[in-house]
Amino acid sequence: MSRATREAYRDALLPLLARHPELMCLDSDTGLFSADHAAAAGEQYLNLGIAEQNLMGVAAGMAACGRVPFVNTMAAFATSRALEAIKIDIAYNRLPVRIMATHGGLAAGHLGPTHQALEDLAVMRVLPGMTVVVPADAAATEAFVEQSLNLAGPLYVRLGRKATPPLPVGPPPVIGQAQTLRQGGDVVLASCGPYPVLACLAAADVLAGHGIEATVLNMHTLRPLDTETLTAAARPADLVVTLEEHWRGGGLGGAVAETLAERAPVRVVRLGVPDTFVDQVGNQEHLVAHYDLTAERVVRAVRTALDTAARSGRTDRKEHIS
Amino acid sequence: MTGTQLLERDALGTLEAIAARIRRHVVDMCAGPEGGHLGGGLSCTDVLTALYFSVLDVDPRRPDDPHRDRFLLSKGHAALALYATLAERGFFPVEELAEFGRPGSRLMGHPVRAVPGVELPTGSLGHGLALGCGFALAARYADSPARSFVLLGDGELQEGSVWEAAIAAATLRLDRLVAVVDSNGLQLTGATKDIAPMEPLAERWRSFGWSVREVDGHDPALLAEHLDAAPWEPGKPSVLIARTVKGHGLPFLAGRPASHYVTLSPRNHSRALNALRATEGMG
Repeated sequence: MSRATREAYRDALLPLLARHPELMCLDSDTGLFSADHAAAAGEQYLNLGIAEQNLMGVAAGMAACGRVPFVNTMAAFATSRALEAIKIDIAYNRLPVRIMATHGGLAAGHLGPTHQALEDLAVMRVLPGMTVVVPADAAATEAFVEQSLNLAGPLYVRLGRKATPPLPVGPPPVIGQAQTLRQGGDVVLASCGPYPVLACLAAADVLAGHGIEATVLNMHTLRPLDTETLTAAARPADLVVTLEEHWRGGGLGGAVAETLAERAPVRVVRLGVPDTFVDQVGNQEHLVAHYDLTAERVVRAVRTALDTAARSGRTDRKEHIS
Repeated sequence: MTGTQLLERDALGTLEAIAARIRRHVVDMCAGPEGGHLGGGLSCTDVLTALYFSVLDVDPRRPDDPHRDRFLLSKGHAALALYATLAERGFFPVEELAEFGRPGSRLMGHPVRAVPGVELPTGSLGHGLALGCGFALAARYADSPARSFVLLGDGELQEGSVWEAAIAAATLRLDRLVAVVDSNGLQLTGATKDIAPMEPLAERWRSFGWSVREVDGHDPALLAEHLDAAPWEPGKPSVLIARTVKGHGLPFLAGRPASHYVTLSPRNHSRALNALRATEGMG
């Protein structure tokens, strides 16, 4: 069933608050928690108003005294506006603050670039000690919220806004472990977030029809990156394609390219939002299609890259070219 | 204040004598290889002395006591004064102060958690009050009587995040939170009133819902009296505006922006120590 990951987070947190008195939920007037939700959370929920720097500072101060705050804000405001508070107050001190960042990627849709976050993953994953996850569906969100209870340091969770479809396949999601959703020896399709992962699964089906077998990795954890699964999948492959709702620089594609350049050199094609601010109205689906973050784009990228490689003699897999 | 603290203070001398020792450490540290934030260190020395030797319920032998009072130096550039105060209070040996600014030392130019007694690192201005709100909130949830103190610079008040936290503290009725403003009237390049005037300070804080008092920031006993008495109004956070002089105790630098960051030459080092002796009647 389609469901918004931000709502999955909220609904997963409420029963945890009751069981774990050290947990807190600090809000910045995001509206994610209705009056009823706030009442259910009781004293463990506080709306601190529209002040994201203060939100992060208060959370850090509480965490330094043994509390474990979940803070609600939008990805755009968390990682741009409040970055210094996250860096110095939270990451530097390795404090267990959970930054629950809604409206990640293009999820803000028609609200425009002020509310879209196409840089958050790049910014968060360079911070020492920060765990960075992008759940691809509601079930993964619930799992990550639960697993965060065993995480000593800070956590950034990129969430969506509206309902997105569930992943049809895959092993249970575990923070730090890439999910192998499909195994194939020719190319690796690595992605994160609801639409990109689904697009890669669909692309793998199409590629199989062309005789190209793809491994599909849901790399929901950007830091610490599961380099073992990634390099093991990439070693036999001719090509790795990444797809994400993020500017092409510094996000999952950046993380994958950095890792493979050092550990298992292979051609990497990074697909994402081009180097521009969104310039038109559209909901998330429209913008994903507009910027071609689609299965068709992945298929084209794979075939073009393999074609080029074959013509330049860099691969012996010429049978892939049709 | 506990009986143990009283005994310790008797052994250490009056608050003025302790402050005088801390000032000498600060001057010595500014004669080290990197120099230091001399003016802002000296302007808040009496506040730090009052806090650590009369007000704060902290024990150097149990720095992690969950019910301790907590202090944050939001104007982190006065780290040298904090380090000297912590060393005099027994958190680490006074001899280590000679390592300030030296390669490999843990005594960085802004407070770091590696130094015993430092709660959280500070240095980028405008962070301390929100952290202090977090401390005070956590104490409230833990039903702890602990108080949280945050020392801010008056130039620092130009950071908007200070006022985000000021709003939150008043809204949450954090009356176990106490801010002190080291109001020395100067910032790096000049007078605060010329760069971005923050006066009338008391009215500004009051309008944000805080209980406000203003005192001479170089009278440690008076500072201690007011800080000990907080909260002054139930349900309100307290802010003590300490009127201070940047570079206090050094006539050749006091009240001058040039005191902000100083590397003392051997000659000026002697001159400064002589000046401290003269002003404190200890020569």
